Amino acid sequence: MGSRDGILEPGTYFMRGNDACVEGALIAGCRFFGGYPITPSNEISALMARKLPLIGGVFIQFEDEIASIMGVIGAANAGVKSMTATSGPGFSLMQEAIGLAYMIETPIVIVNVQRGGPSTGLPTQVGQGDFLQTHYGSHGDYMTIVYLPNSPQEMFDMIIKAFNAAWTYRVPTILLSDQMVGHMIERVVIPSLEDILVVDRVKPDVDPEKYLPFDSKYLVPPMAVAGEGYRVHLTGLAHDERGYPTTNPETVSKQYERMAEKIRRNEDRIIEWEEYLTHDAELIIVAFGITSRSALKAVKDARRLGYRVGLFRLKTGWPFPWKPLTRLAEQGCRFLVVEINAGQVVRIVREYIPNELVYHLPWHPGSVPPPEIILKKIREVFNG
Amino acid sequence: MSREILITPSIDEIKSLMRVERLPHIWCPSCGIGIVAKAYVEAVLRSSIPLDKHVIVSGIGCSSRMPGYIKLDGYHVIHGRAIPFSVGLKSVNPELEVTIFAGDGDLITIGGNHFIHSIRRNDDINVIMINNYIYGMTGGQYGGTTPPGSRTLTSPYGHLEHNFNMPLLAATLGAPYVARWTVLHYRQIVDTLLEMFNVDGFAFLEVISPCIVYTDMNRMESIEFMRDLRRRVVIDNDADLSDLSISMDPDTRIVVGKFVNRESESFQTRYYRLIKKLGGDLDG
Ligand SMILES: Cc1ncc(C[n+]2csc(CCOP(=O)(O)OP(=O)(O)O)c2C)c(N)n1
Repeated sequence: MGSRDGILEPGTYFMRGNDACVEGALIAGCRFFGGYPITPSNEISALMARKLPLIGGVFIQFEDEIASIMGVIGAANAGVKSMTATSGPGFSLMQEAIGLAYMIETPIVIVNVQRGGPSTGLPTQVGQGDFLQTHYGSHGDYMTIVYLPNSPQEMFDMIIKAFNAAWTYRVPTILLSDQMVGHMIERVVIPSLEDILVVDRVKPDVDPEKYLPFDSKYLVPPMAVAGEGYRVHLTGLAHDERGYPTTNPETVSKQYERMAEKIRRNEDRIIEWEEYLTHDAELIIVAFGITSRSALKAVKDARRLGYRVGLFRLKTGWPFPWKPLTRLAEQGCRFLVVEINAGQVVRIVREYIPNELVYHLPWHPGSVPPPEIILKKIREVFNG
Repeated sequence: MSREILITPSIDEIKSLMRVERLPHIWCPSCGIGIVAKAYVEAVLRSSIPLDKHVIVSGIGCSSRMPGYIKLDGYHVIHGRAIPFSVGLKSVNPELEVTIFAGDGDLITIGGNHFIHSIRRNDDINVIMINNYIYGMTGGQYGGTTPPGSRTLTSPYGHLEHNFNMPLLAATLGAPYVARWTVLHYRQIVDTLLEMFNVDGFAFLEVISPCIVYTDMNRMESIEFMRDLRRRVVIDNDADLSDLSISMDPDTRIVVGKFVNRESESFQTRYYRLIKKLGGDLDG
């Protein structure tokens, strides 16, 4: 194990997804974790509780998920990289605070290891029903960055990306995993630290009297934190460049526009996806997370049977990689969206691709649609 | 020991710590929140802690607008959640002196769960609850501190529920520092705040304050409310805390004072000792 059992040494490990997520977070610089127990995310808080104090970090198990995320937002405003981990019911409780983090432009990372919803649903079993919630769960319009891992390796890689994105854009960032990916044990390669990009906050370089926390000359204003002498005023109310509440329509629009633009204009830099055999495909399966692994098998099986099928795997949910998807549409193919919910990703795909070209295989939570079922659907599409 | 300044700061010094560009403030005529704001600013100026290390946090409500007028690092977060936000701040930077201003609705009604657990954990934060018996900002609904019998927007026939006895609650949960004053006790509030800054743990102060929304609905002038407070208030640091309930009955006493000040070690102190013991590298 690593130095003093804290940060893991580079090497090849056999590791559970949830544990890989902790190792990645610590390498990314996470030094505060606030959480509340919930299956299937519990391995994350357990490992955080053991490791954080070994490397000078703080772990708190709070009284609920609202407190957990508020603690995380507080710690981030003291300049410390912070995260929480939860699942459906806890993620629902966090929604109001996610809006706050967006509004006061606080970088936070939330891991949602999805289980089957709604309500208590299927606590120990897989689901993908929180996809839309990661962007639309809180009231009002707001932006998030969402990563969609499909393996323990990606739990490691993407939690680092999530921290980097959160601290680059000052926006709540979510690692949307699921019970299977979280609990799966697989090979995880941890590169040497020099090979891992870790992004820190841009600090203000002006005198405190000149500092504007929401200076609109930047897309992402430099971030002052508590105790540094900048004497910031941050509020969840609509505010001006100084952070003071305002109802002035022009000021409000200007700030709201900047906050959305900082993500929109960097969309090409943020989005991630993966394509498999799409170049000549007549039908492209769109999937994410655990479902993409079943879909991959279905694509391989379909190819063996002579069907020209490919896979488009979403690696970020938000921003949604609509540009590469529409590029593929130009080659004249059709799409089949497979997901463990009643129809969430498919709605977004249909925003960009004509309805008649988009097929859907919805699936109730509790299991992953098996490759045979996906293959059956592929045949149906081909054979009309 | 602390080296507090004993002299009252000048009005210019007070102003230097106010965001004067934000005036006029939103508080109604006869509201008591401004008095607490000034007392806090005076205490901060007199405290031995550097100004840049004082942080002020609040939820949502009239009382929670306090950080907006004070030139310190200030965070106006969401309703009822100032405590966990402050716990995050304080836990990763123990140098900060974090003070929360909250309305009674914010702190103990919607935020009640955080209040009890933060005291149990003994977080090193200062919590000032401005008790105006009501949800002021939303127009005067009853909350966890509304005295039985009070008329409010949502108890038009008189309130049927009991109210929390806040000093008793805080003390019972184990808070190391507990006090109660009214807005008539400016000096005592300053003095109490200076003591609270030195507590390693959860320091709680309740300040009873008039709200014109409440007084109007209960057919009182605000000034009468103040006179009534003056008449009914008894300072008793050694009071039996179970006698501290606030009633509508004008013949009952309102007991104020510094009730609890006991040795304490906060969660944060304990956690950093653990880090040290484990050999945790703070820059790791
Ligand atoms: C989650 C949520 N629920 C309700 C509200 C509406 N709201 C704003 S202020 C307030 C109560 C304020 O009362 P109190 O905390 O006692 O403070 P006061 O205004 O009396 O100082 C409420 C309920 C809100 N902002 N957020």
